[in-house]
Amino acid sequence: MNDATLGTASKVTTRLGFLTLAVGVVFLAYALFISPPEISQADSVRLFYIHVPAAIVSLYLAFGVTAVGSAIYLWKGSQFWDLVAWASAEIGVLFCAFTLVTGMLWGRPTWGVYWTWDARLTSTAITFILFLGYLAVRRLDMPADVRSRRAAVLGIISFLNVIIVRYSVAWWRSLHQGATLNPADIQIDDSMLFSFFLGAVFESLVFAWLLIHRFRIGWLETQLESAGIDAAIEERRAEGAQ
Amino acid sequence: MIRDARLIAMKDLRIEKSSRVLTTQVLPFGFIVLILFGFGVSPDRRVVGDANRSVLTEVAPGLFWIAVLFAALLAFGRSFAVESTDGSLDALRLAGIDPAGIFLGKAAAVFLQLIILEVLLGVGAVVLFNVQLAAPLLLIAVVIATTVAISATGTLYGALAAGQSARDTLVPLLVLPALSPVLLGATRATESALYGPTSDGWPVAGLVAAFALLYTAAGIVSFGLLLDET
Repeated sequence: MNDATLGTASKVTTRLGFLTLAVGVVFLAYALFISPPEISQADSVRLFYIHVPAAIVSLYLAFGVTAVGSAIYLWKGSQFWDLVAWASAEIGVLFCAFTLVTGMLWGRPTWGVYWTWDARLTSTAITFILFLGYLAVRRLDMPADVRSRRAAVLGIISFLNVIIVRYSVAWWRSLHQGATLNPADIQIDDSMLFSFFLGAVFESLVFAWLLIHRFRIGWLETQLESAGIDAAIEERRAEGAQ
Repeated sequence: MIRDARLIAMKDLRIEKSSRVLTTQVLPFGFIVLILFGFGVSPDRRVVGDANRSVLTEVAPGLFWIAVLFAALLAFGRSFAVESTDGSLDALRLAGIDPAGIFLGKAAAVFLQLIILEVLLGVGAVVLFNVQLAAPLLLIAVVIATTVAISATGTLYGALAAGQSARDTLVPLLVLPALSPVLLGATRATESALYGPTSDGWPVAGLVAAFALLYTAAGIVSFGLLLDET
């Protein structure tokens, strides 16, 4: 292995990184300065521009990629998709935590509490724990292919669980109270909508950039394992030759 | 598949019959959880606006199912602990037993043990929490649907963590969030079986049954993948 393959960066990721930064700067300008404060929520509405895209990226994009990658791995047995599924789940958990934290920070000034038993809040918290379980399985100490196969089964089931949990919690809450707040009902200013859009693009780019890097780390780890075995075999051979 | 399932279920139940882990360990554990809930909620607290109803009685269905879930975690652990020594799962596979049969058999054995546990804990809950029963048929339906859901889910996740030193901590982490919809449904349906109206409970019991079927199907399909080369 030469030095060039030892990093996790490449020309593509460098360019993607700069693009992400550029979009990030424009996004921050729109989200923080150009878009107006909302009438009832004032400036706290700006948290929405990162909160909602983070939720979409983690729940649908990242965990969706995990489920699809897991399915392709079980079907074709390709290590590539196994590592993609793993990388995507890890970043999804990160975005999910970010969604929860920004949601609570938004809830405190708007609802007066950090946590309400809102359907989305509750189901996102359960989803977060579901995928922490997936990551725990990925860390199990067992032969790599057995672990990958089990993780793939779990990745698909966990994504189905996300859907079941979301519907069941929504149904559970609907027995108690109406929807706490429906963003679709709010009249939205064009620059606000554009900020949302930029936020979604920005966070998808961050996701893609992190995904490629995290994938390479996973790939290098597997290379290191096999390189370690090769080195050990070489050593034994050298001993035998003496 | 069904024949294999029966063999496995009978084997697990025979092991339980001779070891009596369920009756001597899991059942007392369930009871102490129920008693601790009484400490946590406080039996003297009354529902706001109605001095005749105690909070403990109102929330009894949820507490009962949480106690069952905790006890079930021990049952799952036990179900795979008996397979963890001497490469027992590999031996079962080598003996030509269908993996789907292993899944159904182990789930069925857990199901039967949990039903016994639930009946006994149910009596405990009626006594301790002063619960009255309105609709026994709905209650039986809920108990069966929920128990199938719990057994299928626990057996599936138990296999995921099988052969692992981390099994005892991993299975609860995987099972509890996955079963959260079942807990919601079972609690709601049990509430309506105890305090009415029963018309609210039947569709919910149906949803729990759908979940149970889904997980049973998932287990039948994926168990071979989970057991290979362990």
